[in-house]
Amino acid sequence: MPFIPHTEDDIKTMLEAIGVDSIEQLFDEIPAELRSSGLKTVPLRLSEMEVSRLIRDRATQDGQALCFAGAGAYEHHIPAAVWELTTRGEFYSAYTPYQAEASQGTLQLLYEFQSMIATLTGMEVANASLYDGASALAEAVLMAVRANRKSKSKRILMPRTVHPRYRKVVHAIVKNQGIILEEVDYDRAHGIINHNELPKEPGDFAALVIPQPNFFGALEDTDELCNWAHQHNALVIGVVNPMSLALLAPPGAWGESGADIVCGEGQPLGIPLSFGGPYFGFMSCKQALVRQMPGRIIGRTVDLDGKPGYALTLQAREQHIRRSKATSNICTNQGLMTTAATIYMALMGAEGLESVAAHCHHNSRLLEDKLTGLHGVKRLFDRPYFHEFAIQLPHDGANILQKLADRHIVGGFDLAQEYPELENAVLVCATETKTAQDIEAFVAELGEIVS
Amino acid sequence: MSQIPEDLKYTKTHEWVRRESDNTITVGITDHAQNLLGDMVFIETPEVGTNYGEGDDCAVVESVKAASDVYCPITGEITAVNESLADAPEMVNKDPYGDGWLFKLQPEDIEHLEELLDAEAYGELAASEEH
Repeated sequence: MPFIPHTEDDIKTMLEAIGVDSIEQLFDEIPAELRSSGLKTVPLRLSEMEVSRLIRDRATQDGQALCFAGAGAYEHHIPAAVWELTTRGEFYSAYTPYQAEASQGTLQLLYEFQSMIATLTGMEVANASLYDGASALAEAVLMAVRANRKSKSKRILMPRTVHPRYRKVVHAIVKNQGIILEEVDYDRAHGIINHNELPKEPGDFAALVIPQPNFFGALEDTDELCNWAHQHNALVIGVVNPMSLALLAPPGAWGESGADIVCGEGQPLGIPLSFGGPYFGFMSCKQALVRQMPGRIIGRTVDLDGKPGYALTLQAREQHIRRSKATSNICTNQGLMTTAATIYMALMGAEGLESVAAHCHHNSRLLEDKLTGLHGVKRLFDRPYFHEFAIQLPHDGANILQKLADRHIVGGFDLAQEYPELENAVLVCATETKTAQDIEAFVAELGEIVS
Repeated sequence: MSQIPEDLKYTKTHEWVRRESDNTITVGITDHAQNLLGDMVFIETPEVGTNYGEGDDCAVVESVKAASDVYCPITGEITAVNESLADAPEMVNKDPYGDGWLFKLQPEDIEHLEELLDAEAYGELAASEEH
């Protein structure tokens, strides 16, 4: 079907048919004070050539900074094949396709994705992805409130070791549904959930959120926390870095009975760093909770001839069928990013992922050794970590980061932005992309600045 | 034409209610309702001991077409649920007034039962919906 824009004549005929003089008149219903009188701060148009030049200049300005910041988004090597394949015409769609079953290849890929996420997290079922890590956590919170049959509570234990921006997103999404997020403070020496801050009496909570690794990079005591939550009739929501799961115990194996819902940011699996995304969220859960899981789920089945095929399944929970009673207003998935992640995981394989994760950990240990060798620089918390940890600088953290930026080094995340009590503390990370020379260069520059 | 047993009471939202000898009630969905919904794939029953008000949604019947709420016909406390539906949701299709029952409830005031529809009134309602 060709796309034919309306001609002036078409428009005139249509306006005449409905008895309106101009298109502008169709908007009369909107009160004048609600209408924008133009975009004052947006400059006049530029030609394509001028825009290309502007963007190229800006890109050069950014330079090729050496990045030692993580804080939720991580620089990993992405094999060239990942995006070469992802951007092929057969895959190139942002969402779950319409008439989904006509696109068997896409559905098979999503089914593989679900299988990989379920395996990586040690859970029974996974969905076809959500928008990003933060909104995936919000969905997990809503899901836990719906799914917890032992507790009618709308209170969620939300530790301060969960990514602060995830906590803000969760709050924004759930506050109007009467869900209360109860903060749990962290232990100042170890940088993990403070057990003494957990409610003493068996209280009434729908769920406990456990980040692993947590925002400070530190490893939480997941077994003990998971058992504690289940003893108190609370569900366990794990928020995990998928790359770390190549080395750490999967949430399905936490404690005696495992986490109930697992979610997280999928960016480390083949998605390049970019301000504002797109990234993708993932979610998996126990089979018993599958009907409360939001989002799309692809199932494997057989057709009339007994041949394998793939179909969207459990759609009765979804918005186009269940309307306002749907489990969520998510009615698609983050298709293109999921395609890239599936290809990334397939290329790497279990061994490849483990090797990347091990290199990340090794490089971070090296970075720690070198950084703590500088006068006045020490580790903030003493817990084991995966590939990220907090350091204490002798003075003025934000200023030091700025000076490093001037030398084309992104030196970490200024923790005081989100934790005012952590003055001059910086979160640093070294993935497999950093060489020993990169680490030497960073430490040398930092050494000059702090001395 | 769907079955509408004479000895039961009915709601406008297609639940049937049977008064038991111990003054509890048994609740299910009508033959008419199961016909409209089609093959059941999952039944979410309430928790025993939970209190519901009249008209509260207290169970979900999910068919291949839709997931629909089941509403509590009379205010009261859930005393039993049909556990066998977990493995055999199709009982709601095969035997909606028998083995396909959903839950039993101890009503706060059993006399409210009289306010529900009788078989004739429900039959008219179901017939009017078929056109």
